[in-house]
Amino acid sequence: MVEAYQRRSALAHFGLNALASQKADGAGITLGESAHRAIINIRGDAKDPAFTAAVKNATGCDLPAAANTVATAGDVRILWLGPDEWWVVGTDARRAGLIDGLRSAFAGQHTNVTDVSESRTVITMTGPAARDVLARGISLDLHPRAFGPGQCAQTSLSRTNVLLHQTDNAPSYEIYVLKSFADYLWRWIGLIAEDFGMAVKAE
Amino acid sequence: MSQTNRLNTGGRIDRSRVVTFTFDGKSYSGFAGDTLASALLANGVRLVGRSFKYHRPRGIVTAGAEEPNALIQLGVGARTEPNTRATQIEIYDGLVSESQNRWPSLTFDIGAINSLIHRFIPAGFYYKTFMWPAKAWLFYEKFIRNAAGLGKGPTAPDPDRYDKLYHTCDVLVVGAGPAGLAAALAAGRTGARVVLADEQSELGGSLLSESSATVNGQAASAWIADALRELGALHDVKLLPRTTAFAYYDHNAMSLVERLTDHLGPTDGKPRQRLWRIRAKKIILATGAIERPLVYLDNDRPGCMTVSAVRTYVNRYGVMPGRRVVLMTNNDSAYRVALDLANAGVTVPVIVDLRAEVTGPLAKAVREKGIEILAGHAIAKVHGEQGVKEVEVARLSDDGKSVTGSARRISCDCVGTSGGWQPTVHLHSQTRSKVKWDDALNGFVPGDTIPGQNFVSIGGAHGVFDLAACLTEGHVAGTTGALEAGNGGNAGSAPTADAAAEEQPQRPLWIVPGEKPVGQGGKHFIDYQNDVTAGDVMLAHREGYRSVEHLKRYTTMGMATDQGKTSNVNALAIMAGLRNVDIPSVGITTYRPPYTPVTFGVFAGRDKEDFLEPIRKTPMHVWHEDHGAKFEPVGQWHRAWYYPKPGESMHDAVNREVKAVRTSVGIVDASTLGKIDVQGPDAAWFLDMVYTNAWSKLGVGKCRYGFMCGEDGMVFDDGVTSRIAENHFHMTTTTGGAPRVMAWLEEWHQCEWPDKKVYFTSVTEQWAVIAIGGPMARKLLGEVCTDIPLDDASFPHLSFKEGTVAGVPARVFRITFTGDLSYEINVPPSYGLHVWRAFMQAGEKYGITPYGTEGLHVLRAEKGYVIVGQDTDGTVTPQDLGMDWIVSKAKPDFIGRRSMLRSDTKRPDRKHLVGLLTEDPKVVVPDGAQIVEHLKDRPPMTMLGHVTSSYWSPNMERSIAMGLVKNGRNRMGQTLYACWENNRVKMKVTEPKFFDPEGARVNG
Repeated sequence: MVEAYQRRSALAHFGLNALASQKADGAGITLGESAHRAIINIRGDAKDPAFTAAVKNATGCDLPAAANTVATAGDVRILWLGPDEWWVVGTDARRAGLIDGLRSAFAGQHTNVTDVSESRTVITMTGPAARDVLARGISLDLHPRAFGPGQCAQTSLSRTNVLLHQTDNAPSYEIYVLKSFADYLWRWIGLIAEDFGMAVKAE
Repeated sequence: MSQTNRLNTGGRIDRSRVVTFTFDGKSYSGFAGDTLASALLANGVRLVGRSFKYHRPRGIVTAGAEEPNALIQLGVGARTEPNTRATQIEIYDGLVSESQNRWPSLTFDIGAINSLIHRFIPAGFYYKTFMWPAKAWLFYEKFIRNAAGLGKGPTAPDPDRYDKLYHTCDVLVVGAGPAGLAAALAAGRTGARVVLADEQSELGGSLLSESSATVNGQAASAWIADALRELGALHDVKLLPRTTAFAYYDHNAMSLVERLTDHLGPTDGKPRQRLWRIRAKKIILATGAIERPLVYLDNDRPGCMTVSAVRTYVNRYGVMPGRRVVLMTNNDSAYRVALDLANAGVTVPVIVDLRAEVTGPLAKAVREKGIEILAGHAIAKVHGEQGVKEVEVARLSDDGKSVTGSARRISCDCVGTSGGWQPTVHLHSQTRSKVKWDDALNGFVPGDTIPGQNFVSIGGAHGVFDLAACLTEGHVAGTTGALEAGNGGNAGSAPTADAAAEEQPQRPLWIVPGEKPVGQGGKHFIDYQNDVTAGDVMLAHREGYRSVEHLKRYTTMGMATDQGKTSNVNALAIMAGLRNVDIPSVGITTYRPPYTPVTFGVFAGRDKEDFLEPIRKTPMHVWHEDHGAKFEPVGQWHRAWYYPKPGESMHDAVNREVKAVRTSVGIVDASTLGKIDVQGPDAAWFLDMVYTNAWSKLGVGKCRYGFMCGEDGMVFDDGVTSRIAENHFHMTTTTGGAPRVMAWLEEWHQCEWPDKKVYFTSVTEQWAVIAIGGPMARKLLGEVCTDIPLDDASFPHLSFKEGTVAGVPARVFRITFTGDLSYEINVPPSYGLHVWRAFMQAGEKYGITPYGTEGLHVLRAEKGYVIVGQDTDGTVTPQDLGMDWIVSKAKPDFIGRRSMLRSDTKRPDRKHLVGLLTEDPKVVVPDGAQIVEHLKDRPPMTMLGHVTSSYWSPNMERSIAMGLVKNGRNRMGQTLYACWENNRVKMKVTEPKFFDPEGARVNG
């Protein structure tokens, strides 16, 4: 089997650890990459109790029924993508187990399990200027009254399709992005952050 | 001594901060808080520009955004900006400004000859003179364009930086006058998210020009300060001075431009301007009103301005616009200004009032100051070429159409006129909401709001001018807007002011008669910026251009940067009078964004250069970069195009790469191919419907090439799809077509066959794809992958296996786009670079050669494989491509089948894809060259089609081409001509297969 060090994240070429060691006093945002997450796309009928029960059994997490919300249970979270589509997100270590668990829990149902873990990386953004930076590229209203922790949205960030998930009131966000766009998006955030100050979080 | 016309006291300028600037090369000083206009007037400069057409000397007419005359070339070099309004430019130390449209100098201008020949260049002159013969316009145009235009654009790239952002709020208040401030206060107090924007440097609007108004029992300026303090302390209220709301779009979206550093001068590092794209639940338009100048004889002499401008210069800037100011009015507003002037020590020799009788408390107060009022009189002429020197005042006839008796000459250096007020309905009107005529106001006021937009106009913007009423309206609008947006907090009490004294009605007199009939000596200007006179409107009427849209285009009235802010109503009213109809019957031109000009830079923001468009990169992109690849944009992807070695041309590099694939082994990054995971019991059924060929019987572990067609039977995408399991397929699409195919599948599933049990998931980026091809491919793969048997029997062409490649779990597909033995290795992208390197390392002994998209295209063309979108153009069926075999005859239905049965689609002489070989094998014709059978000396010739793909084939050692040619398959062996520019090249029609036509090489 291949050595783990051969595995590269989508933003590895920026050398995030070296960037993280640079001084960035008073940075408005701190940017990092949370690479190699398990991201499993599931489809099914939210009104079918057999389906929701199967999801709960396989993941330990409830299926979020409300649009653009995230349910969390331990290290697993489920993000609402559409009326019949979700992402089950977990650590890399749980990827195979979650996929197998979902497939066997869904046996006999018309559902779908597709591993999309490798297609995306996650850019994490936290800090007092996070909303200011995102407002330069996202037309959604991210004011605390409109969008808060536990909410997610699929939207366009500077013409890049992303899934945005707010995780706390810092505010902190996780930005799921296709790996091919990650280099562009990281550089774009860096450009916008010129006016706010940016620090980088080590891998 | 500078600032000769500066009052000793008063105004909102900061007298402790002297600011030095230049105008036309001469240095002047003003105070912080001055506009360029107020500073120039303070220095006694009245002449600031030449008019557009006649090059008449012009001065400052207004004190705001409506300024039609004082257009300034601002700044130098790459930062120079034409047509900026002196009335809106805040001065800063070192500001460089120049007048426009004059040569060699402002006071001596050659172009002023146009003024002498004006009889020969009336309205419509260009249309009449230069349009015949039609061809000659091309000749005239370059001279006319040279003479046209006012300022000069910069010739170097804009060095400034611009910012733009989205914002959402409950209540957006546009305009921070008394009504707007009251609205923002009320809304803000409820806890609503509020934005208050105003185009001026200070918030306060008309109150900034007031001398004696009080609000809540205190001076207006003190109330403004309190209001701003209170608003500033509210967390969810944003105050945006120097911000112009210039465009109102659907769904309550407003675009605003905030000028961040324009008042400081060039600043490096900081953004110069910011574009706000605000979506508000409620928009409150408190944009005020614009005073109309009167239309009188030679009313464009420098020193002629609006009464409100006089008032603003005196009260807000502490500047005397003149030493002796004559006022002419048809309403009461001049009287307050006369009092302000008198209090400031400026002489007002006379107020000329068009109304026959003047009564009321204001007139009384004015008379008590010793100012003479000439009721029923008019200014019949203005003297002073480069600045007002004297006016002639005469008695008006009863019908107001002429002046009678002998004129009285009154010396003065400034004339202020007021023809009433026009509410600033621009933003209202931009929503396509109608305006309606108000007889009392003699102006257009907002009509009903168009459905779908949620806004309200208050204060001057809808014709309410009384301060107390404006404050109340603002408070109500702010409270209501906040409540509608879900904020029920306490809005506090409305600010109060004393009710104004009742005003005497105005007398609409759209043309003030002069000593000579209109158009027969001197000019009655309506639109200063476009040099349109009352005479021009009369000419348009005589010639039949009587509707508002015709009038506008014939005379150019209301065009250019000021968009007729001071002139539209005057022109419409004059036309109405000529047509003897009421003003609303003439109609009003459509208001369009922007309200005032907006620089291109702020629209671009950071979206330029590397950030013009997202760039997509594959997991192996860094390797390609490190190995000198040239890149080619394919959609948003940047794909490796070819890898030149030192000293190699593109031709050399591509030839080397292409030969390597045929002789040993090549490696190409195919990660960009679209990939869609198709799962469900109806997956095979669905593929049968979207592809032209049959899929139900495809065995598990097998791959098949397919075409997708539109309902019209035309090819729109292609790719290889593999059966992973009974109900599970891995579909591939073209790189550029991936999103379109995904949308296509979803559309058919959701709209036509929602009962079918199938799911589609895009997995394009779940896999990095490395394709290795060539005679040594099998051997190489066997060294990097040890758990998949590679012999033909175990792993035949068009099948796939799962295994481990370079230690990484992989799907290996034995498929080819080059015609050679080839494998496409799909691995997780995080290991893509590792696996690529493993192949490069293991393949070194075989001379493994990375190749790019150009080489790939040559290789596939040697085999005659098509590229959808290059060899097809949306009008090509599979049959046209000679691929009838890919269209199922057995399937009952599939998308496009019905269209393929149409007689036109079945016609045997459609354009067919054929091979085209040049007579001279060294000649490579360009893609797009036209195919002609019978040559003529020059076009037009009958064109049979065109070359779609054309390359040098190093393996054939000759050029090869394919093309779509009418009746092509029935022309095999025929010689046709490829034509482009002046070239004519003989080409022979062949089968579109050049290399390895029997297809033996897929077996290695």
